[in-house]
Amino acid sequence: MSAAIAESGLALLSVRDLRVHFAIRGESPWPWTPTRALKAVDGVSFDLHAGETLGIVGESGCGKSTLARALLNLVPITDGSVKWHGDEMRGASPQAWQAKRKAVQMIFQDPLASLDPRMTVAQIIGEPLRTHRPDLSAAQYNEQVLAMMLRVGLTAQQINRYPHEFSGGQCQRIGIARALILKPQVVICDEPVSALDVSIQAQIINLLKELQAEMGLALVFIAHDLAVVKHISQRVMVMYLGRAMEVAHKHALYDTPHHPYTQALLSAIPVPDPRIERGKTLQLLQGDLPSPINQPSGCVFRTRCPKAVALCAQQIPALRPVAPQTQSACILD
Amino acid sequence: MHLLEVKQLGVQFQTPDGVVSAVNGINFTLDRGETLGIVGESGSGKSQSMLAMMGLLAINGNATGQVLYQGQDLVSMPTADLNRIRGNRVAMIFQDPMTSLNPYLTVERQMTEVLEFHKGMSRKDARAKAIQALDAVKMPEAARRIMMYPHEFSGGMRQRVMIAMSLLCEPDVLIADEPTTALDVTVQAQILILMRELQRDFGTAIVMITHDLGVVAGLCDEVMVLYGGQVMEQGSAEAIFYKPSHPYTAGLLAAVPRLEGGDAPMLAIPGAPPNMAKLPAGCPFTERCAMALPQCGTVRPALTPAAHDEHVLRACHLNIEAVTQNLQRLKAEQGVAA
Repeated sequence: MSAAIAESGLALLSVRDLRVHFAIRGESPWPWTPTRALKAVDGVSFDLHAGETLGIVGESGCGKSTLARALLNLVPITDGSVKWHGDEMRGASPQAWQAKRKAVQMIFQDPLASLDPRMTVAQIIGEPLRTHRPDLSAAQYNEQVLAMMLRVGLTAQQINRYPHEFSGGQCQRIGIARALILKPQVVICDEPVSALDVSIQAQIINLLKELQAEMGLALVFIAHDLAVVKHISQRVMVMYLGRAMEVAHKHALYDTPHHPYTQALLSAIPVPDPRIERGKTLQLLQGDLPSPINQPSGCVFRTRCPKAVALCAQQIPALRPVAPQTQSACILD
Repeated sequence: MHLLEVKQLGVQFQTPDGVVSAVNGINFTLDRGETLGIVGESGSGKSQSMLAMMGLLAINGNATGQVLYQGQDLVSMPTADLNRIRGNRVAMIFQDPMTSLNPYLTVERQMTEVLEFHKGMSRKDARAKAIQALDAVKMPEAARRIMMYPHEFSGGMRQRVMIAMSLLCEPDVLIADEPTTALDVTVQAQILILMRELQRDFGTAIVMITHDLGVVAGLCDEVMVLYGGQVMEQGSAEAIFYKPSHPYTAGLLAAVPRLEGGDAPMLAIPGAPPNMAKLPAGCPFTERCAMALPQCGTVRPALTPAAHDEHVLRACHLNIEAVTQNLQRLKAEQGVAA
């Protein structure tokens, strides 16, 4: 199926104007007060093609994790369209989702919390097989689990251990093995390395890159660390308050960032080089992220934007091409 | 006399599995306006060493060695005397601004308490001073916000409250334990600039504990690299970043994802941080060190001045030329750009 899709040029995943809003009662205790919408994801569109990696970056509260969950129907979609292999999945039946999930798996942020403490490593890694491949014999099942464990850098002796016996990096390897055992086409990685130490982080990223090359995986890689995203992605989407600010090819984004938010984000990252770090000019953002319940009018970034003009408060800038391989949502571009 | 002089500071914990040495003999000096960065991964003992300095170890913890603040030893000092120094002359900013403020008290009460205790101020004077301190850390509408509870602030604002609180008594030494780790990068940049300005204005000496080498590069004059509770390398930021002479420092610098540079894989350090209860007799990094010699596992290398730069202290059996050559070989093997 994947070969046919690759030939037709059809995207593996196609997201159009996706919105995820949560109804919030706010501070009033009365049940009859009307709810307000917390706009976690507000009109995001992108395509993901076979074998490519799309990085999604943004600060906490920008909606990147909600977006990841909405792609797998782990939170209900308010509006918009999510198409996997051309099939519209918004409002799809649980059976339809179940069938799709074989090809679409997820790796979660907190390596230990996302593993069931009462299951052994073999049970955790094998659970997707038991769900989706009941036809396998016990021997085939064991063989696949063991092969996957060895592939992600675990040892055969660890097969009957429990998650608490592993370090954070090893737990994340278990999470990766669980996501890959069905040989999916797409893996959604929600901050897979942000809880790990630097030396371990490099191990996991290198492992993901190897596995991607081997299995031809497409990845949606979510992180708040732009440097990590740069190492693994071909295209990067920068999100702020539920919206995409800039979507660009990696080199275009890091070499010539267009959107003022991308520029600020890039300049804020501390560089591990004293001469560069002390000599650089910072584009400092003022204040904090506004509340996603009371979003600013017009461009959501205008309250912290160093370049904002009066017009920014009036119109919502659309994401549009501003340079080769670059789309930006800023009226000044 | 140095402002702060730490001699052979060690931390041991009594556990059901026996005594665990979390920190083994760290030494440094700090003078006004200087910044020391302490770098290490989780479990390297960086936080415990600072908690030991402040007398804040858990009940099963014990500190050894000396921490001399203007000649007075904080480790052996009775708690009553220590209370007059900590929070006053030596202040600390904790990692998690969420859990280190008291949720039951308004920011005003938490801040005025410090001034009433250390400076004997009246509540009214203390309040005015607290508002000033919040203004100094660029808290908007400080006079109104001081009446709020910690949960009403965002993470960045809470960390500003923590910093303002630690600066109330204009301390000589500020110990910052991962002050920006819980924050977003744009907010982190604001807080780091703030710390730099406060240091310039008040001449505070800062001990910055972090795992983020980028933060160290921007702020610190001196850097100490800890692994398994031991100092691996210690020297000026210039020396550590541009001429790392210890396999762990060099590996750590190569493992950091960078914005500049190409798509080559990062140099990963194999394995996981050591179990502190079962450290090898030799260098704690032996197991993960790709350059380890046979004696590394059994003979602990002493922290000695390096041959290439006597201001750099390093604990490694290999000389710096061997480390550099080995690193280049490893990078070539793993396909990492040199």
